[in-house]
Amino acid sequence: MNKDTNTYSAAGEVGSVLESRSTFTRLKIELNKAPLTAKFGIFIIIVFVGLAIFAPLIAPYGEAEVFPEPYAPWNANHIFGTDQIGRDIFSRLIFGARNTVGVAFATTILAFLIGGALGLAAAINRSYLDLFLSRTVDVLMAIPQLIFALVLLSIFGSTIINLIIIIAVLDSTRVFRLTRAVSLNVVVMDYVEVAKLRGENISWVMRKEILPNILPPLIAEFGLRFCFVFLSIAALSFLGVGIQPPTADWGSMVRENASLIQFAQYDLKAAMTPLLPAAAIALLTVAVNFVVDWFLHKTSGIKDEK
Amino acid sequence: MKNKKDNTTLLQIKDLKIEGFSDERWHKIIKGVNLELKRGEVLGLIGESGAGKSTLGLAAMGYTQPGCRITGGQINFDGVDLTKRTDSEKRKYWGNRMTYVAQSAAASFNPAHRLINQTTESTIRAGLKKQNEAFDEARALYDALNLPNPETIGERYPHQVSGGQLQRIMTAMAMSPNPDLIVFDEPTTALDVTTQVEVLAAMRDIVKTYGTAAIYITHDLSVVAQMADRIKVLRYGEEVEEAMTRKMLKSPKEDYTKSLWSVRSIQKPEKKSKDIILEVKNVDAFYGSFHVLKNINIKLPLGRTVALVGESGSGKSTVARVITGLLEPKIGSVKFKNRELPPSLKGRTKDQLQKIQMIYQMADVAMNPKQTVYDIISRPASFFAGLTAANLRKRVVELLEQIDLDESFIDRYPSELSGGQKQRICIARALAANPEVVICDEVTSALDQIVQEGILKLLGRLQKDLNLSYIFITHDIATVKAISDEVVVMNEGEVVEQGLKSEIFSPPHPEYTELLLSSVPEMDPDWLTDLLKARNY
Repeated sequence: MNKDTNTYSAAGEVGSVLESRSTFTRLKIELNKAPLTAKFGIFIIIVFVGLAIFAPLIAPYGEAEVFPEPYAPWNANHIFGTDQIGRDIFSRLIFGARNTVGVAFATTILAFLIGGALGLAAAINRSYLDLFLSRTVDVLMAIPQLIFALVLLSIFGSTIINLIIIIAVLDSTRVFRLTRAVSLNVVVMDYVEVAKLRGENISWVMRKEILPNILPPLIAEFGLRFCFVFLSIAALSFLGVGIQPPTADWGSMVRENASLIQFAQYDLKAAMTPLLPAAAIALLTVAVNFVVDWFLHKTSGIKDEK
Repeated sequence: MKNKKDNTTLLQIKDLKIEGFSDERWHKIIKGVNLELKRGEVLGLIGESGAGKSTLGLAAMGYTQPGCRITGGQINFDGVDLTKRTDSEKRKYWGNRMTYVAQSAAASFNPAHRLINQTTESTIRAGLKKQNEAFDEARALYDALNLPNPETIGERYPHQVSGGQLQRIMTAMAMSPNPDLIVFDEPTTALDVTTQVEVLAAMRDIVKTYGTAAIYITHDLSVVAQMADRIKVLRYGEEVEEAMTRKMLKSPKEDYTKSLWSVRSIQKPEKKSKDIILEVKNVDAFYGSFHVLKNINIKLPLGRTVALVGESGSGKSTVARVITGLLEPKIGSVKFKNRELPPSLKGRTKDQLQKIQMIYQMADVAMNPKQTVYDIISRPASFFAGLTAANLRKRVVELLEQIDLDESFIDRYPSELSGGQKQRICIARALAANPEVVICDEVTSALDQIVQEGILKLLGRLQKDLNLSYIFITHDIATVKAISDEVVVMNEGEVVEQGLKSEIFSPPHPEYTELLLSSVPEMDPDWLTDLLKARNY
């Protein structure tokens, strides 16, 4: 660098040690450094997403295809047996990935759109709108979520669309809080003031100045929220107001086959059948959490001491 | 406590090498530095940011920051090589025989504990003194440091005292165990000049009285000249030169050392101008019920620079907020080219917004870290001038050339730029709007001297080329001399004095201007002593 010369030039000034690298190279470096748990989590997520996308190709039978023998034991034709009306459990598990994960994903996205937009607006406004939104959210959060969802679903009927909207709205309250809190730290930055002084409208300030800077905590929260939404849907399905039959769904699969667990003393394999969808739920939840933990650790900026 | 001064060597650093880990690699921070310190001696460490001053200062205590490692050399403290000791062994020295005074006292105190408990904590914990004894001594130290109410000030919490007082209490904390060595890391950088004088005087006295050896780290040569017996200049982790203070000031050997006070060498001949482009008229402004600005009148002549000078809290930056429309004045108005501007930002037209641009102190937070240089500069150009695609890129390159950078910077993110380059990009962003008035809020105070010089020269050249008018907010008198035509002195929300630079800087002065001007450290080791004599301390 310009070590030996004493002439000053602005372009030759020594910058910080951060080097210009493409996003892809940075991603590769980060992935290589990721802990084993995070790699495991990413692997599981990829497998589940693959199953969800290619379900009709992978599953041996159709989602609602009924076979003559209900409660068939595990055998060569039906790897995990059949359920109470004779549908192939293995096929339904695979389609379940599509339905449960798909609905949960759509719900989380919607929750983030609602909560994120309102949270940003409240943070920028900081006056009546903020007050109104924050208090409304407080009221919504005061009612236990699962019970509130149950009530609303009974009123509006449990279709998939209603399910998505109701859970998304209820969940957006938490997203709103987080977005508002992290945005407040960014809103006071000089570059936001610069944009305001330029006369930019609120949507530009939200999208271009604030959003890119609060993305890391939001992405981490997205992972966590996804787990919770996914669990609420499974719980609602278990209670019978979630995803309706004949659509395959892990939560209702647990409920439908729950009684099989009593046969543990006669046929251990059959007794494990209701545990399979439960295990799928648990596995995905754990996997997403591993990835989120790693991401949170990275964005928190804590350097390991020695 | 007895005076520890004698002529034996306390600290000896031999060929020290330190590396820091960032961006997947180890970088050399200190590249083989030697240092020797006798008991009771004060050594000044000076250099620009990134020179390795703080790393070396901490290393003198055998400490490295997380992510750093010592790769070679020795640190002999009183005959013990600290590089070979474990942390738990070194802990017997830290906060006991060697102590540290950090730059930001406000960030270094625990807000939940009383000051005197924090002052004496390490002394009592190390079992050096009983609590009563330590408290008595702390009060004696407060007295020696010229703190008000030394008997009771220790009962307060950190937020109940001022920044300068807190910095002195931190010095008391460092002195409490009666250490052999204190490391001062830029202890007065965050303070106003008027406060700085008091803190410097207190620190110097106490170090002399107890004969404590000290390492004083700073980037301001005139400050270190008051404090140190010897000065060592660092650059890129290597020693540039070392000499006794007087000798160094009189005849520095290296050109680099001279460049450390280069801002002081710029002088701008003042020019008068009759045309007034911007006028602040009878402005009173409030933050809530707090009266920040009291009947402010400022006139900005076309193509000239008006410097707003004052301590923090004097209302300088608030004037800028009123002019830009961020804060509505309660009474009074701002006139641009003899036409009154709407008081609030929302009422102003795009055209009015375009004509007045602002440059901020901290270039780091004034640029969106997720936008490239191109995004940052092109937005005002497309927003105000409506340029598109090819023309826009041409304009950005043209602006980059105006600020002495080139097209290669166009895809960089702010984190890939140095401090001076960042500030230049901010200047380019302001220029992109084709403004007529530019408000510069402490734009050079976060930068090193040599970089400051470059920025000030650039601003001067742009003024000439584009006939810009500047309002230059600063607390640094050297900068004022280098750039302004007219000066406005502010204190506690009021204008003390306004006039041509030559008038303001020549006596007689109003009382406050006198205090402000006399508090600016000079490149003379006797300056502080003389000043204190004159002020009858």
